Amino acid sequence: MSSYAAGRGEQEIHVLAVDDSSVDRALIAKILRSSKYRVTTVDSGKRALELLTLEPNISMIITDYWMPEMTGYELLKSVKESSKLREIPVVVMSSENVPNRINRCLEEGAVDFLLKPVRPSDVSRLCSRMR
Amino acid sequence: MALHVSSAPPISAFHHLLCFFFHDTYPEMEYASSLQRQLASMKKNLFDQGYLDEQFYQLEELQDESSPNFVEEVVTLFFRDSSRLVANIDQALQKYPQDFRRLDNIMHQLKGSASSIGAAKMKNECTSFREFCNKENREGCLRSFQKVKKEHAVLKQKLENYFQLLRQDGPVDKATRSGN
Repeated sequence: MSSYAAGRGEQEIHVLAVDDSSVDRALIAKILRSSKYRVTTVDSGKRALELLTLEPNISMIITDYWMPEMTGYELLKSVKESSKLREIPVVVMSSENVPNRINRCLEEGAVDFLLKPVRPSDVSRLCSRMR
Repeated sequence: MALHVSSAPPISAFHHLLCFFFHDTYPEMEYASSLQRQLASMKKNLFDQGYLDEQFYQLEELQDESSPNFVEEVVTLFFRDSSRLVANIDQALQKYPQDFRRLDNIMHQLKGSASSIGAAKMKNECTSFREFCNKENREGCLRSFQKVKKEHAVLKQKLENYFQLLRQDGPVDKATRSGN
């Protein structure tokens, strides 16, 4: 595994992106990689949790809100309820601007909420939130 | 480095002069500029006629040396998914009683992907469909879905043509290959 010296630390910044849409996974991955982050994409909350048990050094989780089986909100909750994972910052994305939804996510501990389609400028402001 | 046809600047008089001047020595240059003009015109039409919106430019901005075919790849992903989703909606519309919630869920996915690639007309038709869904108006859904399918097919054809032409254009250094 190659490491990328990002600023102070030698540790590579590894972001986990969760989205059931292949188009949106390609897009978010490209935006993140253009900012030199290492990215892993998964297509469900379930797979995200599986990966998180194996991969300890995730600096941030970016998840779509609306996914079948497990929503981004439910994933967020699972992460925040886990003693092992709760320190990982979580960002939620959605194509719909629903204030209640945004508030619920922020109250549950999401560090940011992005409206889709996501742009590089949206992602660059997440830099300071990475673990 | 790939030739990047961004929002087309007008072809300057100097450029015409240059093409004329080099015509005999570098016939490829004249061919390349005609192809570029075609591409620029195609793209302009796609935007002017509302098929594509600003988000498509965002995709182009992301394309770089590490992923030189990014836009075409994402568009290909889109049509792979959208064809499946359109088929699912077709199927779901045949059922009685109508499961409007399910229809809305599928259309939500389609709309999201369309929005992500800048497919403006498709996105709008998806929105109309969802409005009929919310009102549980089956007739409205059926009519609206015909429009969604039509926009989907038209966009697919137009973008296939566009990318086919774009591939012919190729990277700049291809123009210096002999016999081309």
